[in-house]
Amino acid sequence: MANDYAFPDVAGRAAQATQDLETEKMSISMGPSHPSTHGVLRLQLELDGETVVKCDPVVGYLHRGDEKIAENMTYNQFVPYTDRLDYLAPLANNVAYALAVEKLAKLELPPRCQAIRMLVCELARISSHLLGVGVYAMDTGAMTVFLYTFEDREKLYALFEELTGARFTTSYARIGGMSRDMPDGWMGRVLKVCDEVLPKLELVEKLLTRNKIFQDRTDGVGVISKEDAIAYGLSGPNLRATGVDFDLRKQIPYLGYENFEFDVPVGTKGDCFDRYTVRLEEIRQSVRLVHQIIDKMPDGPWYAEDARRIFAPRKDKVLTGMEELIQNFMLVTEGPQMPAGEVYFEAENPKGALGFYIVSKGGGVPYRLKIRSPSFTSLNILPKAGVGCLVADLSAILGSLDFVMGECDR
Amino acid sequence: MAIADLLPEVSARFPEITERESLDWLAINVPASILVAVMTYLRDEQGFDLLTDISGVDWDKDTPRFSSVYHLLSTGKHTYLRVVTDCEGDDESPRVPSLVSVWPAANWHEREAFDMFGIRFEGHPDLRRILMWDDYPYFPLRKEFPLAGIETELPDPEVAEETGVGVKAAPMAGGPFVAPQESHMSRREPRARDESWNEGREKPQHQ
Repeated sequence: MANDYAFPDVAGRAAQATQDLETEKMSISMGPSHPSTHGVLRLQLELDGETVVKCDPVVGYLHRGDEKIAENMTYNQFVPYTDRLDYLAPLANNVAYALAVEKLAKLELPPRCQAIRMLVCELARISSHLLGVGVYAMDTGAMTVFLYTFEDREKLYALFEELTGARFTTSYARIGGMSRDMPDGWMGRVLKVCDEVLPKLELVEKLLTRNKIFQDRTDGVGVISKEDAIAYGLSGPNLRATGVDFDLRKQIPYLGYENFEFDVPVGTKGDCFDRYTVRLEEIRQSVRLVHQIIDKMPDGPWYAEDARRIFAPRKDKVLTGMEELIQNFMLVTEGPQMPAGEVYFEAENPKGALGFYIVSKGGGVPYRLKIRSPSFTSLNILPKAGVGCLVADLSAILGSLDFVMGECDR
Repeated sequence: MAIADLLPEVSARFPEITERESLDWLAINVPASILVAVMTYLRDEQGFDLLTDISGVDWDKDTPRFSSVYHLLSTGKHTYLRVVTDCEGDDESPRVPSLVSVWPAANWHEREAFDMFGIRFEGHPDLRRILMWDDYPYFPLRKEFPLAGIETELPDPEVAEETGVGVKAAPMAGGPFVAPQESHMSRREPRARDESWNEGREKPQHQ
């Protein structure tokens, strides 16, 4: 917006006089290859000087046709595709998808399986928020924070590799259970890493929270009101930063979250700074949850043993027993058999609410699988939230919304 | 009020609504003519303040062929509601009223349903493609669109000519290997979805 200062000197008054000159708006494209658009996002901007007058996001550069592919894959074959949705927290996507399909099958999971899934989801949340905060700070200029948070992410990646075999694209969940149980001593290593994350967060807070430069760049920038957040369908930290106390883990619990104690950080103003503090506090709450889950980890089977047509039997039984051999053969060739019907399941992913709408006509392949992506919905608000600010503020707003194009475009 | 009272109340107010079979949340069928009125009622008087998802579905052999499925979330009552609307119009150009005036969240979701299925949302302020480029000639999630894709021209012919890049059918010969669910057991071995082409035999040209 134009300055309302009264300049005492000649140069200032001359500059102010030029406010009445005819100017042209500039139409410029920010992206798709741009360091602060977080992946391949293109913003078609119309600028009046340095102020953004119109902001039109163009998405679809990473569209891979996941929903079309899902109509041709069995339910277990689709799990690697869910890794690549929100590729910064693949374990959370795996679990959300498996839960949606198990809802279709009306499958009850044993307590150990649920606890492992919860643990893994919280670790994915810590990993995703560390990246969210780190990259957000880097976009505003604080490069050190990025290096600090990524150091801890490396430790988490080592844990994921030990558990699932891959640092990144984990494909850990199966319909009816997981791909394998936790290795010995893994939970101890998880606790050690989580205890090292907390002092790192203190360092990050020291660098950012009361930093004048960071506050100037984020305080009051990109404000989203409560009513707007709900009207635009936001979820997750973006919604909570505006002041709406809604967390799927608390309000519509799944996986046994209702048995554990954790707080849900809620912001006040809905600006970029609030979104940063909400994410930071969520990391602390996730660490708290991880401690409780590991303390109360039950023993027992880590997969649904009696789900004959859904979960593959153990390999040693497959190689020696006739019935298990046939069962394994049917599951590999035809896939887990699901009843006909429609389900919709949303999980509280780090980026927001990741939902799966599955229409099944029976058999091993879904008829329609819709992935409700939180990043897609977060970007919907950008034509409103990104207008009226400076171009430099856009970097802060994009970083604070914490979206991932893999999830947005599917 | 509890979710169990919801259906009788809504049916009393709008008698054309029927219940739909669903494995989890309450689901209702709403005719397209009263869609905006029903949604406004659900948002204002029943507390379903958040529109969380809009998806299109192609039923292929059924009539009407397309439906638009809405998932509403009530942040107060902690429950979801599924609303399914059958699209009016014929198989080639289905249409449904737009909900952008009720929830701005509908904006991009409707654009995506238009992009993928060709469902026109009447009253949408800016209905254009969102995931594919603006001039893309097909609707990819329709059942007749093959998984491997159809060879199309890129939006900028000069760039395509210069770089030699094109949009060709995906190289996996015949598509992913999936066990078909019907017919005899011997035919249920994993095989290529589209057996018209493989490494040895070229793909027949699309019209």
